[in-house]
Amino acid sequence: MPTDEWELNRMLHAGLVTVPRDDALVRMRRAASEPVWAQALIVGIAVTFLGVFLILPLLTVFAEGLRQGVRVYLAAVTNAEAGSAIRLTLLTAGIAVPLNLVFGLAASWAITRFEFRGKNLLTTLIDLPFAVSPVISGMIYVLLFGAQGLLGRTLAAHDIRIIFAVPGIILATTFVTFPFVARELIPVMESVGSEEELAALTLGADGWQTFFRVTLPKVKWALLYGVVICNARAMGEFGAVSVVSGHIRGLTNTLPLYVEILYNDYDFAASFAVASLLTSLALVTLVAKRILGGKVEPAEMALREGTQTKREAA
Amino acid sequence: MQMKTGRRSVIPGFGLTMGYTIVYLSLIALIPLSTILLKTAGMGWHRFLSVVLSPRVLAAYKLSIGASIAGAGINSTFGLVVAWALVRYRFPLRAILDAIVDLPFALPTSVAGITLTAIYSENGAIGRLFEPLGIKVAFTPIGVIVALTFIGLPFVVRTVQPVLQDLEKELEEAAATLGASRLQTFALVIAPALMPSLITGFALAFARALGEYGSVVFISGNMPMRTEVVPLLIMTKLEQFDYEGATAIALVMLVMSFAMLFLINLLQTWSAGRHADG
Repeated sequence: MPTDEWELNRMLHAGLVTVPRDDALVRMRRAASEPVWAQALIVGIAVTFLGVFLILPLLTVFAEGLRQGVRVYLAAVTNAEAGSAIRLTLLTAGIAVPLNLVFGLAASWAITRFEFRGKNLLTTLIDLPFAVSPVISGMIYVLLFGAQGLLGRTLAAHDIRIIFAVPGIILATTFVTFPFVARELIPVMESVGSEEELAALTLGADGWQTFFRVTLPKVKWALLYGVVICNARAMGEFGAVSVVSGHIRGLTNTLPLYVEILYNDYDFAASFAVASLLTSLALVTLVAKRILGGKVEPAEMALREGTQTKREAA
Repeated sequence: MQMKTGRRSVIPGFGLTMGYTIVYLSLIALIPLSTILLKTAGMGWHRFLSVVLSPRVLAAYKLSIGASIAGAGINSTFGLVVAWALVRYRFPLRAILDAIVDLPFALPTSVAGITLTAIYSENGAIGRLFEPLGIKVAFTPIGVIVALTFIGLPFVVRTVQPVLQDLEKELEEAAATLGASRLQTFALVIAPALMPSLITGFALAFARALGEYGSVVFISGNMPMRTEVVPLLIMTKLEQFDYEGATAIALVMLVMSFAMLFLINLLQTWSAGRHADG
C-alpha cells in the first residue's frame, strides 16, 4: 500500500493525474477501509486473544519458576537430574537433527531434480508424521522393539534394550522430526531450478562439487531454517518420547519429560524453572525463524522472478 | 519398471538419493507403522470391534472430536481477526505479536500443558475469574478445549495471512466506488477469496488437535468417560500392557488422520488454484 500512495502522490505532483477538488480519491480510500472505531475493535480483539493465549502463558512460566526465589530456581536447573536431562536432550537432538538433515538433502534432491513415478506419493509420505498422533509415533516403536514386540525376543536374546532406553527416545524423536528439513528444502530447490547445476556439470564439475559449490550456497538459508525448527521439535518432543522412555529418572528423562515428573511430584517451582529453559529455547527459535525467514523469502522471490524473466526472454 | 527420468537425467545422484530416501523412510516410518496393521490383523474382527466400540473408547472419541472442532472453530474466528489486524493495520508491538503467533509450534507441549493448567485452575490468573461464576475450566472438557485452542492457534493465522496480503486492494476500492458498503464488500469480495485458506486452516488445526497429548493431559484431569481424550486412552492401554487395545484404537485414529491429511491436500490444491486465479 505505501508504494501505491507514494506513486500516486508523485503522479499528482507531476500533474500526470488530476483529482477533483473535493478529494474523491480520499473518499474512495476511506470507503475501502474500515471506520476508525472498527479498526480499534479488531486490533483490540486480536491483541486480547494473543495476550490471553500466548503472552500470559509466557509470563506465567517465568513467574511460576521464580515464585520461590532465584536460589530455588537456580538449584532446580543446575542439579544433577536436570543436568542429565539437559545432556540427554542435547544428545537426542544431536543425533536426530543431523540424520534428518541428510535425509532432507537426499529427499529434496531426488524429488526436485528428477521425474519419476510415485513422486506425489513420496512427497505425501514425507508429511506422514504430521498426521500421526505423538502417542502413536511412540507406540509403533514399542510394537516393534518392546518386550512383547515383533523383535522383542531377538533383542532380549542379544541383551539389546531399545524401549525404555536411550535408543528408543532417539528413534521416536527422529520419526517425529524427519519432515522438517525436507519440507523447507523441496520448494526452494524447486524454485532455484537446475540450470546452474547443469552449467557446472557441463564445465566438468563432478556431482559432489556441483552440490557443494552450486546447490548448497543457494539453499543454505532454507536449510538452516529447516534445521532450526527440526531442532526445536527434537528438543521439545513430549508425547512420542513419553511412550518409549519408561520415565527412568536420571537415565531416560529428556527436559520435557523431566518437567512432567517434577510437576507430578508437586514440585511446581522446579517444574516451571525447567520449563522456563525450554520456553527460552522456544523464544530463541522464534527469533531465529524470523531472521532466517526474512533471508529465505527475498532470495527465493528474487530467484523466482529471475527464472521467470529468463523464461520470458527465451 | 522403466524409470522415466526425463530431460533432467544429466544430473547425477538419482540412484544414491532416491535409494537413501526410500531406505530411510522404510526404516524410520513405514516398517514401524506397519506393525499397527500386523497387530490388528491378528486380533480378528470381533475383538477389534469390541475394543473400538466400547463405551469408554466412544466417549473418548466424542470428546476428542468435539473439543477439536470447538478449538479449531475458536481459532478460525479469532485467527481471522488476528490475521486481519496483522496484515491490514499498523499498531505498537505488531511485529512482536506477529512473531509470537508461532509460539505453540515452538513450545514443548508439556510446558504448554502445565502452564495452561496453572492459569486456568481455581486459583490461577484466569481460573480465578471464572470461579465466582461457578465455571470450572481446568479438569473439565472446557479445559481440553482451551489446550486444543492453544495448540492450533498458528494454523488459521498462518494460512489466512498470505492470502490476505496478496488480496488486491483495488478490488475493494472498485466495490466501494460501485456503492457497496464495507460490510457488503467484505461479504461479497473478501470473504469468498479467504474461504479456501480459512477452511484449510480449520482442517489443519483440527487434525493437530485430534492427536494432541502433551498439552491436554495436564489440564484435562483424565477422568474416564468425561475428560479422557483418545491419545491419553492409548497411553493408558500401553501402560497397562494392553497392546492390542491400544493398537485397535490407534488404527481408528490413524484412518481418521489420513482422511484429514487427504482432505487438507485437496483443500490446498483448491486454495492454490483460487489463489493463482485471484
